[in-house]
Amino acid sequence: MDLLPIVVVIVFFQVFVIKQPLPALADILFGCVLVVVGLSLFVQGLETGLFPIGETLADALARKGSVFWLLLFSFGLGFTTTIAEPSLIAVADKSADIAAASNLIDPAPESLSSYSNGLRLTVAVSVGMAVVIGVFRILKGIPIHYLIIGGYCCVMAMTPFAPKEIIGIAYDAGGVTTSTVTVPLVTALGVGLATIIRGRNPLVDGFGLIAFASLLPMMFVMGYGMIIFN
Amino acid sequence: MHVFGDFLAVLLTTLGDVAPIVFMIVFFQSVVLKRPIPRLKSVLIGVVNVILGLTLFLIGLEKALFPVGEAMARQLSNPDFIVGIGVEYLTADWKEYGWIYFFAAAIGFATTIAEPSLMAVAYKANEVSAGTIDKWGLRIVVAIGVAIGIALGCFRIVSGTPLYLYILGGYLVVVIQTFYAPKKIIALAYDSGGVTTSTVTVPIVAALGLGLAKTVPGRDPALDGFGLIAFASLFPIISVLAYGQFTDWYAKNRNRSTEEEKENGL
Repeated sequence: MDLLPIVVVIVFFQVFVIKQPLPALADILFGCVLVVVGLSLFVQGLETGLFPIGETLADALARKGSVFWLLLFSFGLGFTTTIAEPSLIAVADKSADIAAASNLIDPAPESLSSYSNGLRLTVAVSVGMAVVIGVFRILKGIPIHYLIIGGYCCVMAMTPFAPKEIIGIAYDAGGVTTSTVTVPLVTALGVGLATIIRGRNPLVDGFGLIAFASLLPMMFVMGYGMIIFN
Repeated sequence: MHVFGDFLAVLLTTLGDVAPIVFMIVFFQSVVLKRPIPRLKSVLIGVVNVILGLTLFLIGLEKALFPVGEAMARQLSNPDFIVGIGVEYLTADWKEYGWIYFFAAAIGFATTIAEPSLMAVAYKANEVSAGTIDKWGLRIVVAIGVAIGIALGCFRIVSGTPLYLYILGGYLVVVIQTFYAPKKIIALAYDSGGVTTSTVTVPIVAALGLGLAKTVPGRDPALDGFGLIAFASLFPIISVLAYGQFTDWYAKNRNRSTEEEKENGL
């Protein structure tokens, strides 16, 4: 069921638009079987593994009553899951090549890798901060739209001043940071906290952590560009 | 044997991905909270399932879907396909790219439906809302948002208009919708933007964007190739907010009409 749309799209375009037979059909069928088996294992594991862990931690941290540990855990969760994210590493390296090609940084390998590591660190710190802000919001019950709209205004205000080579990457950085393991954990943490804390509604207050994790990297990466390139 | 080697390689990458998280959780459980995880055995089995599942899923994607998706993105953005073989091709006319927009929308929709992160969020939203938010409904609405976003993003690459204008316009729509949408959908809608773009969507969409920026005359892959992901993160917010507004409006209308029926009955 989950793969049906992809299969339909691919078959339709191959047969009617490109008009070429599919290469290596057996490989593709085998791959589809793996994807389906993998997804059902993943969903099963979500229910018995990741969601309970997130909820247990939210519960235990909330009961401990220490805001400091809760926020430290939030930062750690955001930071550690982002710094090793493969898609972020790929984007950061690509961005270093582009910056070197535009003569913004020295094309020597050391300066390339220091630029790309700096970028990764910037994004990881920003995701850590984002989870902290998101958890703080759940604790205080601040309506999410004030913060998000404020963030949008910040992004828009920064854009004219940011070097144009960094803008596309900055906007994309928001989307690529949240990995498949992070999302269920962070969601369970938020919903768990909103369930335990009195006066919070899990639906209204529990979601929104991912939203911050997509917004803050944009600002931080543009800021990084402004500092490095000027 | 070949497949088995792939399996080990991907498994190692996935483990490397999960290791820092496991480390964090173990540290907090043992040092800060000082208490064991309840039902540890079933949780561990769940985590092993997640890792195995993701590994199989990624191998399957790499075997089956990525090569095809990327090849199709390349073929469709090839100038020979767009204006015909041997035709002199100097400026980009956005009207020539009809199939690209259609393909972009279709592949955006299809990959989003298969996105595991979105499944996780839809599952949680369904549980928390006591069933009022339908799992499939949410996934389809998000997928429609991604489809529109990516098609528009391709139009932007072809037409060469600045990225920030679209993003600014999208933000304005989100801000206006936020004031009218039911409060319970807002946080979920904002989250939908971030979850749509992970394992499945990013590689295929990035290939499409870079391929287009390389082949469309006058575009620089460095400047114009990026930005599709940003579209794919913005438009689901709009579509989920609209979905919330619609169901709210529908429910109100139905209540009103049943009330009217009651009054008429009396």
